[in-house]
Amino acid sequence: MGFSARHLLGIEPLSRDDISAILDLADHYAAQNRQPNKHSNVLAGRTQINMFFENSTRTQASFELAGKRLGADVMNMAMQASSIKKGETLIDTALTLNAMHPDLLVVRHPSSGAVNLLADKVNCAVLNAGDGRHEHPTQALLDALTIRRAKGRLHRLTVAICGDIAHSRVARSNILLLGKMENRIRLIGPTTLMPSGIADFGVEVTDDMRSGLKGVDVVMMLRLQKERMDGGFIPSEREYYHRWGLDAQKLALASPDAIVMHPGPMNRGVEIDGTLADDINRSVIQEQVEMGVAVRMAAMDLLTRKLRKGQRS
Amino acid sequence: MSDLLFTNARLIDPEAGEVLGSLEVTRGRISKIVPHGPNDGRVTLSTGKVVDCRGRCLAPGIVDIGVKIGEPGERHKESFRTAGQAAAAGGVTTIVMRADTLPAIDDPETLTFVMNRAHAECAVRVHPLAALTKGRDGREMTEIGFLKDAGAVAFSDGDRVIADPRVMSRALAYATALGALVIGHPQDPGLSRGAAVTSGKFATLKGLPGVSPMAERMGLERDLALVEMTGARYHADQITTAVALPALERARAAGLDVTAGVSIHHLTLNELDVADYRTFFKVKPPLRSEDDRAAMVAAISSGMIDIISSMHTPQDEESKRLPFEEAASGAVALETLLPAALRLVHAGALDLAALFRALALNPAKRLGLEGGRLAIGAPADLVWFDADAPFVLDRFKLHSKSKNTPFDGARMQGRVLATYVGGERVFGGES
Repeated sequence: MGFSARHLLGIEPLSRDDISAILDLADHYAAQNRQPNKHSNVLAGRTQINMFFENSTRTQASFELAGKRLGADVMNMAMQASSIKKGETLIDTALTLNAMHPDLLVVRHPSSGAVNLLADKVNCAVLNAGDGRHEHPTQALLDALTIRRAKGRLHRLTVAICGDIAHSRVARSNILLLGKMENRIRLIGPTTLMPSGIADFGVEVTDDMRSGLKGVDVVMMLRLQKERMDGGFIPSEREYYHRWGLDAQKLALASPDAIVMHPGPMNRGVEIDGTLADDINRSVIQEQVEMGVAVRMAAMDLLTRKLRKGQRS
Repeated sequence: MSDLLFTNARLIDPEAGEVLGSLEVTRGRISKIVPHGPNDGRVTLSTGKVVDCRGRCLAPGIVDIGVKIGEPGERHKESFRTAGQAAAAGGVTTIVMRADTLPAIDDPETLTFVMNRAHAECAVRVHPLAALTKGRDGREMTEIGFLKDAGAVAFSDGDRVIADPRVMSRALAYATALGALVIGHPQDPGLSRGAAVTSGKFATLKGLPGVSPMAERMGLERDLALVEMTGARYHADQITTAVALPALERARAAGLDVTAGVSIHHLTLNELDVADYRTFFKVKPPLRSEDDRAAMVAAISSGMIDIISSMHTPQDEESKRLPFEEAASGAVALETLLPAALRLVHAGALDLAALFRALALNPAKRLGLEGGRLAIGAPADLVWFDADAPFVLDRFKLHSKSKNTPFDGARMQGRVLATYVGGERVFGGES
């Protein structure tokens, strides 16, 4: 327990106890999700609205399934096709949906800080499903749960995060979470894809994959967006794969029991070798997807607890 | 024979320092300045009015370079009337308005329209800037000669940088021949494209696109090279980063006719004030690090930067109620300029005379205007203020049509008691 926040907007405001509370509960839901009957009634009668201002099949499906397994009424809004195109502002959209009395709003938006802005205007709990380059807290939490289950702990590990750090909200949330839990973090990638001031985050930074991977317990690969491969940030796809793509040779430098992670969707042959991604002895990529549902169930359960208590009394 | 006599005033003379005394106004101009204490019998008034300043400050009115007024085109954001009221309430007696109106002030007809509107509606003096290129597009120069004859005090495309050095060098050369002042916005347009904040730890933490302070130095270095080539009279509208200062220093040592300004926000706020995406703190160029802010304060105090401006930029609520990257830039500041600047005095970084050199004397001198002085014969553009009076700013009490101030709810010190333009009271009360 010990989780008192109204919204889940990022990892930044969370304490270690908050993080542990979510992960502990997520473990419980992970077990439940492996049972034939995956359903519970924790959110029965509650309404969850998924507002995705940016395309996402995987994350949206994960949130939808999480809500349904908790018994909530889930509505998906494809915001790109809706009133935004008619000139409605983000705040007006939020107020309109707020008037429908949802209990949970799950929001993804291409602008950093947009979810914070929206959370200020509504009465229900807001979950950030990714805002611009800012944060993607449930991704970092599901990564943390996956690591904790694979490694038996979530502290004093050396974690390499590789690739396009600059444009990645996944990287930011993971750096914050793994830092709070006292892990050693190495960021590996081309200098053009490193954000400014990154050295001040208490991380090691290198552009050399080979020295960077030496002895690490976890290798976290990031997706390289297609539009960044055109010579603007890196010279070419093949040079990128040669220098920063993860293959068996480079992975051999990591600790022998190191696990390989990727938030998906993968570009096989760009940032990660296809065979390696499928290697069930090293890759926990499928497990990440599974933990995603469990972590989102836990987060939604915790965020609505106060509300449910208030209603009962 | 005098019209107005201020007694018992702490006279803030930007040139000579401060002294207790009396100041007499005749036919709109300062006619006599008498140091010494109050009620010493030396100052008598045959006719007119006496204002007992009760030991509070009397200083030359502020000359504010770079004020955005929404006429023509965006009167819902700020009109000449509301800008005049805000200026008067803030002790600003001369507005030097920007040319970034809709359409831009880029021909003599628009300039005349603007001056007529200002004359009819605005409580304080207004001098317009004119665009340096047509439509502020950075391609063809404006009719600099006609515009200067019609009353443009300087030429500037505002925050749009003329990217093509050939266009810029020709405009500078042409302006030089006419003795016209060019105001540049030192910023490399490529490096700063799409930026919402200054690059660094804060930008990365918030996931916002940042621009390196180096973009300012690059923009300044380019402009200074062209100034050296053409011999132009040049003013950099805002220098906000420590890395740009050495370039400025070198240009001055080389004897180029170069001055520089800084906005009040870059002297009193830093990038961390943006906090959780507060769009009222989004300005152009973006707020800088605390080190840069401190370096700018030091540069004002050493005189390396000459001028403090409000960079008053009214924006309606809707253009600020957006995600940070999409929100409009700029802040209203006519009314908060003086109390915010007094923070520097209260912090011990400047004395009042030095502050009014930066707020009044230097801008007036640079533009060839008469004001900005406490001298016999100077226009009686005056601000009477209590430098210590504390208050909490409420943005809805501002006179500006737009309320986008970063100082909402801020504790401030320093209140304007009355403002005079040419000896006429335009704000406040007398005793």
